[in-house]
Amino acid sequence: MQIKDLFSKKKYATIPSATTERPKRDIPEGLMNKCAKCGTIHYSKELEKNLKVCSSCGHHYRLSAWERIGMTLDDGRLFEYDAEMESVDPLNFPGYKIKLEQQKAKSNLRDSVVTGEGSISGFPVVVAVMSFDFFTGSMGSVAGEKITRAIEAAHEKRLPLIIFSTSSGARMQESILSLMQMAKTSAALSKFQGDGGLYISVFTDPTTGGVSASFASLGDYNLAEPGALIGFAGRIVIEQTIRQKLPENFQTAEFNLQHGQLDKVVHRKDMKQTLTQLLDMHTVKEVSFDGE
Amino acid sequence: MANELPFEKPIVELRQKITELKSLSVDKGIDFTEEILRLEERCRQLEEELYNELSPAQKMHLARHHGRPTSLDFIGAIFTDFMELHGDRLFADDLAIVGGLAKLGGLPVTVIGHQRGKDTRDNIARFFGSPHPEGFRKALRLMQQANKFGRPIITFIDTKGAYPGNTAEERGQSEAIARNLREMAGFGVPIICVVIGEGGSGGALALGVGNRVLMLENAIYSAISPNGAASILWKDASRADEAAAAMRITAKDLLEFGIIEGIIEEPQGGAHRDLECQSAAIKRELIAHLKELLDLSREELIEDRYQKFRKIGYFQMAQVKQAEEPVNDESSDAPTAAAAELNQEAAPATN
Repeated sequence: MQIKDLFSKKKYATIPSATTERPKRDIPEGLMNKCAKCGTIHYSKELEKNLKVCSSCGHHYRLSAWERIGMTLDDGRLFEYDAEMESVDPLNFPGYKIKLEQQKAKSNLRDSVVTGEGSISGFPVVVAVMSFDFFTGSMGSVAGEKITRAIEAAHEKRLPLIIFSTSSGARMQESILSLMQMAKTSAALSKFQGDGGLYISVFTDPTTGGVSASFASLGDYNLAEPGALIGFAGRIVIEQTIRQKLPENFQTAEFNLQHGQLDKVVHRKDMKQTLTQLLDMHTVKEVSFDGE
Repeated sequence: MANELPFEKPIVELRQKITELKSLSVDKGIDFTEEILRLEERCRQLEEELYNELSPAQKMHLARHHGRPTSLDFIGAIFTDFMELHGDRLFADDLAIVGGLAKLGGLPVTVIGHQRGKDTRDNIARFFGSPHPEGFRKALRLMQQANKFGRPIITFIDTKGAYPGNTAEERGQSEAIARNLREMAGFGVPIICVVIGEGGSGGALALGVGNRVLMLENAIYSAISPNGAASILWKDASRADEAAAAMRITAKDLLEFGIIEGIIEEPQGGAHRDLECQSAAIKRELIAHLKELLDLSREELIEDRYQKFRKIGYFQMAQVKQAEEPVNDESSDAPTAAAAELNQEAAPATN
């Protein structure tokens, strides 16, 4: 035994762990909500009041299409287009039909996008709003067709078009037909934008693959919510390619802003105001330079 | 032979046997003529059976064959006076896409294609034919030039997909692809695209918005590589052959779906067996389609292309159950159950 051992601590005091000892309280499902980013617990009601943005870290929760519509359009009112449109299984892809039914039940949607007409601060608009909770927002024939029809409706009615994107990309189960929706929607935008149509694209978390590489990137104005994941290829695939770890902020909205891919990153509480301002900029009213 | 694919093994073995017999008859002076003839006949039959009934996975392997002709091979064999042009004028010259001016039967055209490498060093320089944004932007620049001068555009599609790297993302891979899709839709010149090998995802489509899209017989075209699909679906990339079958990636499938306008036959055993013959077949098809398209005006060409893509897709209108819509059942625009709540008072905002 050495002298210094006399001073070494042999017994450690143990403090009963508060977390393990605390009896589990019965919390009704859905009453509380834990932020996926910082772990703060929120009352669901409070969270909703805060537009589903974490009050402590600013994390923007993902919204379903109808939540987004409720927050964005005047009185949350939408005159929906093509509500009955739904996917079929053109490739006879193993398991697709069952998966579709599961997704419908889970999300209460018929497919990954809701389209229609409404108004924002009184400005009439055509909107397409994607929902990540249906089949990870993937674009198959239905999403492509509904978005194309929305673009055509905006063109025909001479209304501004706003698309809120969130998607994992093309829907694998419709393979080549999904891929072609990228060309279809982009071609429709070519006509609409070529004829002076206004298109505002809003990237929300996450928007990747075929949606990011088609209509979502083609806005006259490209906006995004803070922290939204935006990119073409997936992080894991890229890390495998370059054999390097990517920085934490890779492919975030802020990263894309920094690399010149976005006009503006807009906090959810300011989104309606920003859209209103853009719409107003494209509405010629009476102009008077007198007194300037 | 390193050139043969695993499924071609029976043929290779038979051919070896024939060669052995031939050398044996020379060495030993025994007459095997009859035997050899019989085996050659058997070999021919076997080849016919094998190549006429290729599975999607076998086609995928042929499409990826390392000896398969590349865009530059076909450009050299089909066109005259090819002058390669470089750079996107913004950042760099991406060698994964080649392009330039050429003549087809005397007619000046712009020709662009994905370019795989011929060997490892070449492949590294060309990123294995997977373009960065600068590649797509070079292609766009050349197409805009063609549009300005009224030259038809011919593209060759042969890529596993856009390059999945951080630098590509930083420079706007999505935007580069998206812009090509939109701009190609608006060009008032004929655009003919030929999938010569693998048509992989958005990186392929970025050169693929044509009035006519053609495919070589063994080429494949899909939204995601069968390997990628297998790893997502079954967490097992080695089941690519299975995914290839499920995904309907062959020229025949795409013709059925109305996505392509024609299939260009390949020599028996694949395009790599006879570049000259394959090039002649492509040239014939290009000229035939070009003749039709040259009769159209700029506006007609744009509309023709628009309609081609506009009609792609399969969907149905659900029968809305009465029970789902107790309040609002007079509306033909009945929303989904989830929508019903928010949508009760919905009315056209403008009309």
